[in-house]
Amino acid sequence: MTPVRPTAEIAGPTGRRISGRMWWLVALLVAVVAAPFVLSSYHIFQATQIVVYAIAVLGFNLLTGFSGQISLGNGAFYAIGAYVAAVLMTHANLPYWATPPIAGAVCFGVGFLFGRSATRLEGLYLALATFGLAIALPQILKLDAIEHWTGGSQGVVLSKPASPLGGLLDDDRWLYFFCLAVAAVLFTVAWNVMRGRTGRAMIALRDHAIAAGTMGIHVPSYKARVFGVSAMYTGVAGALSALVAGFVAPDSFTFLVSIAFLIGGVVGGVASIFGALFGAAFIELVPDLTKQVSELWPSWHWLADVQWPAYGVLLIITMMVMPGGLAGLVYSVQLRLAARARGAQPPHSPRS
Amino acid sequence: MQAFLHQLLSGIADGAIYASVALALVMIFKATHQVNFAQGEMAMFSTYIALALTQAGVPYWVAFVLTLVFSFVLGLAIQRLLLRRLSRLPHASELTAVVVFIGLFIIFNGAAGSLFGYTLKEFPTPFDPGAWYGSTYLSSHEVGMILMTLIVLGIVFVFFRFTRLGLAMRAAAENPASSRLVGIRVGWMLALGWGLAAGLGAVAGMMAAHKVFLDPNMMSGVLLYGLAAALLGGIDNPWGAPIGGFIVGALVNLAGAYVVGSHLQQALALLVIVVVLVFKPSGLFGRTVVVRV
Amino acid sequence: MSGLLVLEDVDASYGATTVLRGVSLEVADGGMVALLGANGAGKTTTLRAICNMGVKTRGGIRFAGKCIGRTSTEDIVRLGIGHVPEGRGTFMSLSVDENLRLGALRRRDAGIAGDIARICDYFPVLRDRMDQQAGTLSGGEQQMLAIARALMSRPRLLLLDEPSFGLAPVLVQDIFRILRVINKEERMSILLVEQNARLAFDLVGQVFLLETGRVVASGPPQQIAADETVRRAYLGQ
Repeated sequence: MTPVRPTAEIAGPTGRRISGRMWWLVALLVAVVAAPFVLSSYHIFQATQIVVYAIAVLGFNLLTGFSGQISLGNGAFYAIGAYVAAVLMTHANLPYWATPPIAGAVCFGVGFLFGRSATRLEGLYLALATFGLAIALPQILKLDAIEHWTGGSQGVVLSKPASPLGGLLDDDRWLYFFCLAVAAVLFTVAWNVMRGRTGRAMIALRDHAIAAGTMGIHVPSYKARVFGVSAMYTGVAGALSALVAGFVAPDSFTFLVSIAFLIGGVVGGVASIFGALFGAAFIELVPDLTKQVSELWPSWHWLADVQWPAYGVLLIITMMVMPGGLAGLVYSVQLRLAARARGAQPPHSPRS
Repeated sequence: MQAFLHQLLSGIADGAIYASVALALVMIFKATHQVNFAQGEMAMFSTYIALALTQAGVPYWVAFVLTLVFSFVLGLAIQRLLLRRLSRLPHASELTAVVVFIGLFIIFNGAAGSLFGYTLKEFPTPFDPGAWYGSTYLSSHEVGMILMTLIVLGIVFVFFRFTRLGLAMRAAAENPASSRLVGIRVGWMLALGWGLAAGLGAVAGMMAAHKVFLDPNMMSGVLLYGLAAALLGGIDNPWGAPIGGFIVGALVNLAGAYVVGSHLQQALALLVIVVVLVFKPSGLFGRTVVVRV
Repeated sequence: MSGLLVLEDVDASYGATTVLRGVSLEVADGGMVALLGANGAGKTTTLRAICNMGVKTRGGIRFAGKCIGRTSTEDIVRLGIGHVPEGRGTFMSLSVDENLRLGALRRRDAGIAGDIARICDYFPVLRDRMDQQAGTLSGGEQQMLAIARALMSRPRLLLLDEPSFGLAPVLVQDIFRILRVINKEERMSILLVEQNARLAFDLVGQVFLLETGRVVASGPPQQIAADETVRRAYLGQ
């Protein structure tokens, strides 16, 4: 097995590759902007959820793919972000658009603290610690002591953000574009950061922490900062998810959310920024896939009964077909095309 | 004091289950450096098979053995047919394997739900509830669980320490290249390891099922505790795993009874373990590996 | 060619990189052969090609007349080839005794205990450390253990990859003396890969010299030692 490798987009694109990717970007942009005008209300909801997940999956990628710290607890930050938004809106009467930044800031703090205390933990041990966080949080949210704020097991209901452009965009579409705008900002920031010094430091940290330390990167504080940033992204996504769902409740934030972010990250390509979008679409759409198919073809109704095993099978097949996620697949295709253009044999690692 | 003892001993009995799961996880980890996140679900599925057998009139111990065989073959097949292929993919990383294991988890959990339903089911015990070895502190089943685990652990120990095959498996786990040079078929050793681990899991499942009733989600908590136990004991240490298991069992029970309600006990137990790990990152008995930079 | 081990026009590559080109060599039954060359010449690759360890090969590789080019490592070893690999390949967490028993794993006969005793005569230091964890042995002791382990399978041909590497000269003399004894008393053929040419010259009857993947000279040691080719292969020009 090869270690997770950075995709071409981080390794520094050549002129030729930029123009190729530009077309993809333009096409994506068009699709993403046009979507809410051609989709039904439920599908707009799904599309918005995908955008929100994309931010969360990107948060996961920043931590795990780019800096090599595995986290199974990002769902906790998602929950914290959501509840911060809910509490601010219901108890402090803050407008909805002010909640994502505050949720992000709070989660940055929590994530930073967590990263600082867990700095000695690595690999599996860190995974367990973060998993503990993911399990603990829904229980903490149900505590009687803070029920006044959190609404206990029932949670808190939120009013849907109203569209200021009543005539042009209805509420659903407005919310979609609002989330899209937030995502665009966050993705661009991540893109720029990863190409700069911080990004290289993170990758150095991931690939060889000890060597990174000798090169002047203060490892514990960098780890903590990356944790903070990852938590911040996830927290913003959480706040947005509260707006999209219209309520927050502890049982929406079980450890399954953290697992979903992991799946989304790996399926998209864990060291990829754009992979996060694909991963987000995967975790929103694929689990239901067999059920949707069975609704389209009623004679295949038994498909609905095997929804979960089918998801598992699809997941495994996806991994066998693209072990490095979509980004990894794109990367190897690019390599092969480039090698063919040069007329050489594509290199591959020896079997041992 | 009586209540405390009861909770402690009951926790240790639970720990027997975690000890088996922890050992299964460590076995696979030592050989492949992967954690089989689907271990619990495979065990649960095997337990359903055992239930079906007993309901068809098969005597308990016969069903027990048949289930062990079933789970052994299941584990072996998964390694041989799926994971071996995975390890040969050029861009596979540890995370790829993790997602594959999650996929297996989902498959077994979903299949059990689809095939057997989600209602809680009773599972028989071979240990007569009125037996002489039961008491107010430990039910006869709990005594049986502890005994069973110790016997199984003993058999596993003897197997690895004193048999050729056990030696070959240990060698294959530690150094596959050198193992080939002494004629060991490393691939099959791996498959065998998976089969044994699956068998251990099935033992854990069948013991747990009588106590907590059988349903598709029976083992997910157990897996978590088993993993925590394995890490507490040192993920590369087959001795640490069972010890970790008993400790975790006692810890969780006491936490649930005295400190927090049953809701937070999971989180608290994990918190304690994590705190230990922060101070001893490779677990209580794990080897602090000096890494050559 | 009709020796115990015959390589005929062998190419070997790792992935897309070809390391050996047209290598032909032969080890006679009961003979001792050295494969020499500078770092990177392809010596280890040759041994790995013989044992089919992660190398793609083309050309004829025959052992005792049987073609082993497609045979798996485990099966090649079972045919009677013992391989003492680069880096020794010790099973670190297992005891010395267990390491030796692993060498005899494929044997079903009753002579294993006797063999262990005999091997401890060759390497007395191992007898003292039987129950010790192999990883705690010194470099020289691990080298002896590695050779002992290979001997336990009673191979017809012993492959050794740089047994002198990182060892004190006295120890190396010891090991080479033992190799000579084993070759004479057990009729074991030996193919030795070494960077240290002088040591090998004293031991073997035949030398093959590799330079960037090709055999550039072969013959008895005295002939090779007097040859310019050796100097060129080692010092470059």
